[in-house]
Amino acid sequence: MSEHLLSVKNLHTSFTTDNGQVHAVNGVSFDLDAGKVLGIVGESGSGKSVTAYSIMQILAENGSITGGSIEYKGEDITKWNRKQMSSFRGKCCSIIFQDPMTSLNPVFSIGSQLQEAILLHTDKTKAEARERSIELLKLVGVNEPAKRIKQYPFELSGGMRQRVMIAMALACEPDILIADEPTTALDVTIQAQILELMQDLQKKLGMAIIMVTHDLGVIATMCDEIIVMYGGRVCERGTADHIFYEPAHEYTKGLLRSIPNVDNAKERLVPIAGNPINLLNMPAGCAFCSRCDKAMKICLEAVPAERPVGKDHLASCWLNDLALQEKAETLTAEGIPAEKIQEQTGWKKDGNGEWVYDLASSGQGGEVTFEQ
Amino acid sequence: MSSEYLIEVEHLKQYFPIRTGFVKTTPLKAVDDISFAIKPGETLGLVGESGCGKTTVGRTLLQLYRPTGGRVKYDGEVIFDAGDVPETDASGEVKLGSDGKPLLSKRLSVNMLPYRKKMQMVFQDPYSSLNPRMTVEDIIGEPLDVHKLYANKAERREKILNLMELVGLNAEHATRYAHEFSGGQRQRIGIARALAVDPRFIVCDEPVSALDVSIQAQVVNMFEDLQQKLGVAYLFIAHDLLVVNHISDRIAVMYLGKMMEMADSDELMNNPIHPYTQSLLSAVPLPDPKSARERQRIVLEGDVPSPLNMPSGCPFRTRCRYATEQCGAQRPALTDRGNGHMVACWNK
Ligand SMILES: Nc1ncnc2c1ncn2[C@@H]1O[C@H](COP(=O)(O)OP(=O)(O)OP(=O)(O)O)[C@@H](O)[C@H]1O
Ligand SMILES: Nc1ncnc2c1ncn2[C@@H]1O[C@H](COP(=O)(O)OP(=O)(O)O)[C@@H](O)[C@H]1O
Ligand code: SF4
Ligand code: SF4
Ligand SMILES: [Mg+2]
Ligand SMILES: [Mg+2]
Repeated sequence: MSEHLLSVKNLHTSFTTDNGQVHAVNGVSFDLDAGKVLGIVGESGSGKSVTAYSIMQILAENGSITGGSIEYKGEDITKWNRKQMSSFRGKCCSIIFQDPMTSLNPVFSIGSQLQEAILLHTDKTKAEARERSIELLKLVGVNEPAKRIKQYPFELSGGMRQRVMIAMALACEPDILIADEPTTALDVTIQAQILELMQDLQKKLGMAIIMVTHDLGVIATMCDEIIVMYGGRVCERGTADHIFYEPAHEYTKGLLRSIPNVDNAKERLVPIAGNPINLLNMPAGCAFCSRCDKAMKICLEAVPAERPVGKDHLASCWLNDLALQEKAETLTAEGIPAEKIQEQTGWKKDGNGEWVYDLASSGQGGEVTFEQ
Repeated sequence: MSSEYLIEVEHLKQYFPIRTGFVKTTPLKAVDDISFAIKPGETLGLVGESGCGKTTVGRTLLQLYRPTGGRVKYDGEVIFDAGDVPETDASGEVKLGSDGKPLLSKRLSVNMLPYRKKMQMVFQDPYSSLNPRMTVEDIIGEPLDVHKLYANKAERREKILNLMELVGLNAEHATRYAHEFSGGQRQRIGIARALAVDPRFIVCDEPVSALDVSIQAQVVNMFEDLQQKLGVAYLFIAHDLLVVNHISDRIAVMYLGKMMEMADSDELMNNPIHPYTQSLLSAVPLPDPKSARERQRIVLEGDVPSPLNMPSGCPFRTRCRYATEQCGAQRPALTDRGNGHMVACWNK
């Protein structure tokens, strides 16, 4: 088995609040390889940022990782101590935020902030750090860098600040760059500049990028692989073409129907019914069930397991298990043994020769039927 | 007097005095000579980068700001004239004075009260534009009270419930407070309040920008349904070009307080002429991987100049790859390139 650069396995993160435990991330898994761009998309509150902050271990005071592991080059960093994590942040993995002012200190010149970041993680001298910060500013397309290092954040435009923040994130050449809504606050033409910069840097430096956004346009433009989140879980994952042209989860389908069609702009939008999920009041089954017009009884009762629906394309929707019934029939006709079929599809025949779905195969125990 | 257009905006100007020195002030030309017209029941989309003056156009035309110059007509009637508008004769020719210079209109103000009811505004931020300590009933009822649009309490309540139904709110929401609602629901409350006075025209300033994608679609559909039912016209301001294209009959593009291009929305999206519009459209990240892969992005260099330090001539020339000497010397006028496709550019 080849080792991934980063492997998030069954991550659970929750927050303690006055109203109880908020389970913001409920079993998220994904792998990231060097040089790839992974997109995380989902509605507000779906757990995208919390997933990113969990990797960096920069959660708010009241939050903690309550389960799962995060492996960086095979080592579980959730077990690392403060010192190890502080060198992980910056050297291995950096993050940039939507609002650059949250990471830039308004009272220091951008040069001194850049140099500090460099000195913290390397054994460069002050003069070398100064050289390097000018080099970094040049790299991210800041003109007249030698002059700029004397300026303060408020003297720069929004796009320029975002470039400076990217330069800071790159100071120690991390393997992974996490970008949390890096262009949401920017205008379209400036957004295009920053996206192009990120693509350039990614090619030049070969780093992996995790792109967190709710903007389907940014996702389609930038990402090799995409995970779609809903209610703190991954509901679908695949390539950009899978997600946009063969969506296999009802939430993903709904999301795509609710934005204007690129080829047929005037076509009426089809909104997703209902309201975004309330994490304090999660259903026992599929998180999307209260808004899904295809919901069945089982959707309310049990969480659907992730199933392959194509090559490198997976979705967690009971409809896919239902579709597997057909496959079970075909396999039976081909004379495949019943245990094999059950293993592959989750379906078996009961005493009366009726197909029943074996919930144990999705790790939840019991038998169910698929009623509307 | 009646007109083909419901709203006509002519040479609108809004300059804000900005203190730039100890005693010195410099005019910030937030809106500089903007003209457009909107037919009854029509939607004109207004796009451009943040700070280019979209909100100021909306607020000035409703006279929430005192205009620096220009004229606005409602259904053919001049509702204000801040002067400086070239007078034209019946055939559209500019009238000249005895000195050979164009005759300019005189300042004129009209009692706005009857027009206030006809022209309303819906704001971007559903969180801050509603008073959280008021019930939904009182928020929607406020304009009814101001304009005394009911005979008794029962009629007031009935009107409020009708408005709530129109925007898809339940009657039982009436006694709840604004802060108890989600963003999409708050936007519905804001729209019900705007509709209370039965307007013919609504300025919608980024009404869906703060909402989640799935909720955006609900609100966009509601705007469309209301237009179908009530025949209201919209000035729809937004920065999401795909949403603007979806909802608008025509689109106007602004840059640094000036109009760069205006055309039917399909025409503008498929055949943009102005270099700024071209780069703006090519920069929109398309939610479609194939188109995204095939497309050539025109990435503009640099930032938008400060409106206090406006380039001479064409405001776009500092970032334009077609700029010539003429562009710095003289500002290009907005001219019709056929079928009402208006463009302000010397070289395109
Ligand atoms: N410190 C905290 N205390 C309590 N709940 C929190 C805290 N931080 C985040 N949450 C909750 O966790 C959930 C996921 O939040 P997260 O920030 O990951 O969403 P997101 O997908 O990034 O959304 P957005 O698109 O709005 O950025 C939300 O319900 C949020 O309210
Ligand atoms: N009340 C005001 N006083 C001074 N300047 C203003 C005021 N309102 C807007 N401006 C300036 O006018 C310009 C246009 O602003 P605005 O109309 O809000 O832009 P948009 O809505 O397109 O983002 C900006 O430079 C802004 O800073
Ligand atoms: S599991 Fe059920 S509720 Fe969830 S998306 Fe699939 S059909 Fe809808
Ligand atoms: S007038 Fe000149 S600078 Fe302005 S857009 Fe046209 S070519 Fe470019
Ligand atoms: Mg977030
Ligand atoms: Mg605005």
